[in-house]
Amino acid sequence: MTMTVVQEEGPASVTPAPTVASHARNYWSRVRGGDIGALPAVLGLIVLCTVFSIARPSFLTAGNFANLFTQGAAVTLIAMGLVFVLLLGEIDLSAGFASGVCAAVLANVVTVLGYPWYVAVLAAIATGVVIGTTIGILVAKVGIPSFVVTLAGFLAFQGIALMLMEEGSNIAIRDEVLLAIANRNLPPLVGWLLALVTVAGYGATQLLRHRKRASRGLVTDPIAVVFARIGGLALVLGVAVFILNLERSRNVLITSLKGVPIVVPVIAVLLILWTFVLQRTSYGRHVYAVGGNREAARRAGINVDRIRISVFVICSSMAAVGGIVAASRANSVDPNTGGSSVLLYAVGAAVIGGTSLFGGKGRVLDAVLGGAVIAVIDNGMGLMEYSSGVKYVLTGVVLALAATVDAFSRRRSTAIGTR
Amino acid sequence: MSATPLLELRGIDKSFGPVQVLRDVAFAAHAGEVTALVGDNGAGKSTLVKCISGIYPTDAGEFLFDGRPVTIHSPRDAAALGIEVVYQDLALCDNLDIVQNMFLGREKRNGLVLDEPTMEQMAAETLAGLSVRTVKSLRQHVSSLSGGQRQTVAIAKAVLWNSRLVILDEPTAALGVAQTAQVLELVRRLADNGLAVVLISHNMNDVFAVSDRIAALYLGQMVAQVKTTDITHAQVVELITAGRSGSLGLSAEPGTGANGNGGGTLPADSTTGGAR
Repeated sequence: MTMTVVQEEGPASVTPAPTVASHARNYWSRVRGGDIGALPAVLGLIVLCTVFSIARPSFLTAGNFANLFTQGAAVTLIAMGLVFVLLLGEIDLSAGFASGVCAAVLANVVTVLGYPWYVAVLAAIATGVVIGTTIGILVAKVGIPSFVVTLAGFLAFQGIALMLMEEGSNIAIRDEVLLAIANRNLPPLVGWLLALVTVAGYGATQLLRHRKRASRGLVTDPIAVVFARIGGLALVLGVAVFILNLERSRNVLITSLKGVPIVVPVIAVLLILWTFVLQRTSYGRHVYAVGGNREAARRAGINVDRIRISVFVICSSMAAVGGIVAASRANSVDPNTGGSSVLLYAVGAAVIGGTSLFGGKGRVLDAVLGGAVIAVIDNGMGLMEYSSGVKYVLTGVVLALAATVDAFSRRRSTAIGTR
Repeated sequence: MSATPLLELRGIDKSFGPVQVLRDVAFAAHAGEVTALVGDNGAGKSTLVKCISGIYPTDAGEFLFDGRPVTIHSPRDAAALGIEVVYQDLALCDNLDIVQNMFLGREKRNGLVLDEPTMEQMAAETLAGLSVRTVKSLRQHVSSLSGGQRQTVAIAKAVLWNSRLVILDEPTAALGVAQTAQVLELVRRLADNGLAVVLISHNMNDVFAVSDRIAALYLGQMVAQVKTTDITHAQVVELITAGRSGSLGLSAEPGTGANGNGGGTLPADSTTGGAR
């Protein structure tokens, strides 16, 4: 072992302050040790975008860029909830049709019963909570494997969605607010403002944390790396907002079409919220602990059953949010909302982003990155006029690839001894 | 050393249905000392530890902690008294780092938010207090640690909470030679820091290397609790396997038929006058 070498370095608190070079070296050794995180997703995104841009120049237009967000939003939102379930090494196969049921509830409340939009949204999310609690109790308290429970849910929720829509007819959504979620854009100025607030907020928390750790004499990331992170975020957000604020209407005289789609801040807020919950609260810490070693978590006094139920509640609630966005985008809800490829795309998004199927490893950001990969494939293949068949095959191959990377990185970290 | 033991058990009985696992067990652990708890498989070591740590209720007997009678109904009661157990199978989460593992289930918070700097600082101080120099960074995942380092983290986790009695269940069972030495050194240091340490082990070399006292269980009975300097290797083995060794252990009973060969050789070796 390397123990004798390490022994000379002294206690952890007085190791030399890391430099940019040592930071990069550490990152590289983590990658080599199998802790690759979202690297494959980011690389895949770059490769896919390059290929599609060359093959179809129309891929690289502002209009198509905006389309990517609205197309991928529902899947991404469902995937964000699935990350929690996957962190425990469980699976929720019913998330797709759960979102369909919640969308059906939304449509019934707002269109058939005529309640205001916020009542409908609350009803849809409440439906998600009920579904999640039921699944969670069946898994944690009754002890049925989540695969079986949610497979049953997959079938049952499909049936419930059918019943809620009088055997197959669809329900139109006419509420302006609900339609705006996936179909309207923010005024350009508001887009810039939100980007500014996000970067400022991120920068402030990063710098504050750096100062707090430094003042206590703890090991900190080099300040240059902190600034690079803030700058990177500012660059990405800046470019994205700039492109989205370009005019993308075919005929400006008829209508003007520009600005950040409203669904983008919706995703961003939920991304920040759930990242905060997972990384900065003891609840999040306990989710990772239960996913890593359930027995250790139990002995540490963590209520394992409660954690297991809660992740299914979060997953189904996020499925409800995804269902609302899907309903908004389609202007209606039909029995196939949340059906066909939605669930598989969502699981794929989480896994492609770097969330492990074996539990204990993953971030909410993974769902967004993976969702982007899925949306790009879907959109690019569509532009290249491939049939749905080819599209499904390619997405399946990418998912299999991502799962392979997951399995390999796990095996590698076992071999190298980092797991 | 100290006059009153930190933990003293008297007349502990424990049965599981018709099976009596502990019979009138007396046990003491002193602050600043390592007490080795030895015994064959099924002698009742684990049961005794689980009674001390509040996982099992006892049927009869009294607990004295610091000379005061106490009742321990749950692991929480034990933790409140400052009793921590480090289990054989470590109970660490591979996917969390050292600090996160040490504070698992008892995270320090600022309102809703985890107070990482404080936790990291406390973890660093605890490890420094134990003179642990073998971990590179407190933020490395436990999965990247060697067996000895993991055991170190598990022990440090137990020490973090101002604990006064630490029970270690076979801490060296799965370790190599160098790592065993490292962990034993740490065990010794815990006692030197003033904690009462109970070490469960099957390895006589380990027991004689670090312990101040040896308590031997035989079929649910405490057959001897003596100073390590007053007893030999062979005698301990005999206490474990036969329940008696010379003047130590169970008095010769008519019922014990197996004492013919082993018991005969030892009465000559009567240097064990220190037994109480």
